[in-house]
Amino acid sequence: MPGAKGSIDMTTDAAAAGETMASPAEERLEIDLKDPALAAFLAWLLPGLGHWYQGRRHKAILFFVCILGTFIYGLYLGEGRVVYASWRDEDRRPHYFCQVAVGLPALPALLQAQRAKPIPFPFYEDFMVPPQVTPEGGPGPRPDGLDTLHKRLNRYWELGTVYTMIAGLLNILAIYDAWGGPAYSIAEKKDDDEEAGGGGDPDGGGTEGNS
Amino acid sequence: MIPGALLPCLLFAAHINDLWYAIPLILVVSVVYSATRHELAGPIVSGATRMAAWICAFMLVGFVLLFTLSAML
Repeated sequence: MPGAKGSIDMTTDAAAAGETMASPAEERLEIDLKDPALAAFLAWLLPGLGHWYQGRRHKAILFFVCILGTFIYGLYLGEGRVVYASWRDEDRRPHYFCQVAVGLPALPALLQAQRAKPIPFPFYEDFMVPPQVTPEGGPGPRPDGLDTLHKRLNRYWELGTVYTMIAGLLNILAIYDAWGGPAYSIAEKKDDDEEAGGGGDPDGGGTEGNS
Repeated sequence: MIPGALLPCLLFAAHINDLWYAIPLILVVSVVYSATRHELAGPIVSGATRMAAWICAFMLVGFVLLFTLSAML
């Protein structure tokens, strides 16, 4: 948890209470979280931005590449159509609640859902545009309809949806990390203590021998 | 007529390429999850490796169970 001034000192907080799995090197770390709320907001806005603001550059790059890479790959698989906001009776899209956790990259879907004439994007003309839905008992499949998209993209529709959703869910973890620092686990610390007590190498750290 | 026990094998062979899509996800989930629990590169990498192994083992166990069930039914 962040301190009053947004910093955590592993030597005095959870580490001293024996509640962490931090390695010896990590226990000596003092992480300056700056303004945790702002960092969390920035981390939501763009994966890694909150960590960059805090000066945790290597983690910022890691989150940016991993989370945004997953999101973009999912969009690519689904030809830019798997991320869209829709709450129509015929097509509710709760998946978007996970996808929007990626922040800015998923926000065009909100704009596209509000506009009668979608904004054209360079790579995919119907980027994040909610597909047309054929009402029950209505005419046959439309060229831009949801059923046509499912038929054309086949399993890539599901794969793209899963990739973009997981990217959003992973960014929630990253947001929490920007707000509160690393969440060392209790169970692994106990394992480490047992190892150290049983003649194991205490410098082996909290990251070894738990599997 | 395809024997019942052969059908799961054929279905698995037809969709084995789909499993490649799981690899990037396993890697990314492992790395990001581990990065939210550690601050330094070394512990992040070792934690990610351990978690990736756990996920693969879990998937393998699930696969064996489902494969056995579908072969028996």
